[in-house]
Amino acid sequence: MATQHSRSAARLMLAPAVILLLGWMLVPLTMTLYFSFKKYLPLRGGDLGWVGFDNYIRFVTSSAFWPSVMTTLLIVGGVLVITVVLGVLLAILLDQPMWGQGVVRILVIAPFFVMPTVSALVWKNMFMDPVNGILAHLWKAFGATPIEWLSQASVPSLIMIVSWQWLPFATLILLTAIQSLDSSQLEAAEIDGAPPVKRFWYITLPHLSRAITIVILIQSIFLLAVFAEIFVTTGGAFGTRTLTYLIFQRVLESQNVGLGSAGGVYAIILANIIAIFLMRIVGKNLDA
Amino acid sequence: MGHISLKQVTKSFGATNVIPPLDLEINDGEFVVFVGPSGCGKSTLLRLIAGLEDVTSGTIAINGNDATMIPPAKRGLAMVFQSYALYPHMSVRKNIGFPLKMAGISKEEAEQKIASAAEVLNLTDYLDRRPGQLSGGQRQRVAIGRAIVREPDAFLFDEPLSNLDAALRVNMRLEISELHNSLKTTMIYVTHDQVEAMTMADKIVVLRAGYIEQVGSPLELYRSPANLFVAGFIGSPKMNFVEGKDAEAEGAHTIGVRPEHLTVSKTSGQWKGTVGVSEHLGSDTFLRVNVEGLEPLTVRADGEVELYHGDTVYLTPEPSKLYRFDADGKAI
Repeated sequence: MATQHSRSAARLMLAPAVILLLGWMLVPLTMTLYFSFKKYLPLRGGDLGWVGFDNYIRFVTSSAFWPSVMTTLLIVGGVLVITVVLGVLLAILLDQPMWGQGVVRILVIAPFFVMPTVSALVWKNMFMDPVNGILAHLWKAFGATPIEWLSQASVPSLIMIVSWQWLPFATLILLTAIQSLDSSQLEAAEIDGAPPVKRFWYITLPHLSRAITIVILIQSIFLLAVFAEIFVTTGGAFGTRTLTYLIFQRVLESQNVGLGSAGGVYAIILANIIAIFLMRIVGKNLDA
Repeated sequence: MGHISLKQVTKSFGATNVIPPLDLEINDGEFVVFVGPSGCGKSTLLRLIAGLEDVTSGTIAINGNDATMIPPAKRGLAMVFQSYALYPHMSVRKNIGFPLKMAGISKEEAEQKIASAAEVLNLTDYLDRRPGQLSGGQRQRVAIGRAIVREPDAFLFDEPLSNLDAALRVNMRLEISELHNSLKTTMIYVTHDQVEAMTMADKIVVLRAGYIEQVGSPLELYRSPANLFVAGFIGSPKMNFVEGKDAEAEGAHTIGVRPEHLTVSKTSGQWKGTVGVSEHLGSDTFLRVNVEGLEPLTVRADGEVELYHGDTVYLTPEPSKLYRFDADGKAI
């Protein structure tokens, strides 16, 4: 047990790190809040004084707001479904003993190490390009007209790109979870008369539930902030403007810092609602 | 019905041969214990019978039908695992009911069977708990409950008591024996503990490196072990072995004397030695006696005997209880 003395020493030594992190979080937050109540147009007059809640009202009443929220939820939800479902399947596959297991596992994890900008550009130019892309060639090989992915099916394309990046993460976490499953539980279920599909449903999946919630929690936090993939592919066009992207456009393209900051505050609130919601599920799951 | 017969069964993992050709008959209603040191293939043999491992060659017949290729669920056997293998996310009720659910039995009927199994195993008050909230002994009972509800032709136990503490182990041993007396179902029980084997079995199968060394009732094995290995494995404390001229005098390569068949005297006897360690258990006293020219001998003496470290004693084996073995370790 720590004594009173060593505990206060510990606090003292932790203080620099805590203060640094707190400052790192508090300064931008305060500045965002500060600007959100101002009319601040850097290229058109600069600081034009306090405007109260004007920015907040303007941001939500703009015709772009609700579509952007929907797009955000669509992309986050779509990527979560794809990564969790494929992640579970891949994890089961990779858990099977096979030749070259180590190499295959490293290859599966590889996409996670590719920077979002790079992977999005690779997808855009090498896969989805309607003239030179591999997918276009594939379509042509079957005599079909190539799809113009990023304009005709822009949101699904983005979901595909982002899923490709996050699938390794989900697979990795789910694989470690699957490896911790006591094999005698599966054997017991086998003797109890459960065929493979039921063994998966009644034994493996419940065992994975905790890992799945963790994957969902961590991924949603990062997916709400997806930006580079949209910036380098569609640039927010064809209905791919997410909340994050809308804020970027307000601040940098319209040069309206106040309006963008108000949007930032909305984004914080949205992220917190999702976080609280998820924390409850995780908390419930971690209790068991 | 629960008659199991193994004919020329072998099992190898890659190049390692775990079970050499093996024949074994298990009769209906018998309590059979596979016993042997760790790595002797006893668990593998059980898993072969359960169908969790495929035999490399040979046949396994259950109730006279060839079951070699039948999947585990269809063999009509139930297994209790060393780690209990309970489903942690299900309540006790659902754990016990799982095999019934898989068999597609109606809810009412399943509920009835679960209730009666819980009654037998004293689990009625715990039906809505999760395995994580139960003690080791209770978990063990849930695992047994899950086996009982299937009404199998035979129960398979894979070292079920090795995760329990000593007092609980004695209790569960009794409970399993009582269960066998009331159900009269064939049970196959794997253990490395010869005490469990001696106390519970109708028939003990002693295994070493996959070979069956001897099959027999506990007292048969105790009274007439077929070889040095069985003689040393069955009985506690272990049998004393003496080689050299004492053995030659008996016309054997090795002679064996159980600790309880040595008489201790302070004045005269066949072997003179000094007491090394003496363990006073109250009912018995275990003496470890160092005899010149021999391995230290273990003696089981009366509980009241007053002998301590360094005392000089004389030991005499009971001539009628002497075991003689030839140079290959076979009993003569």
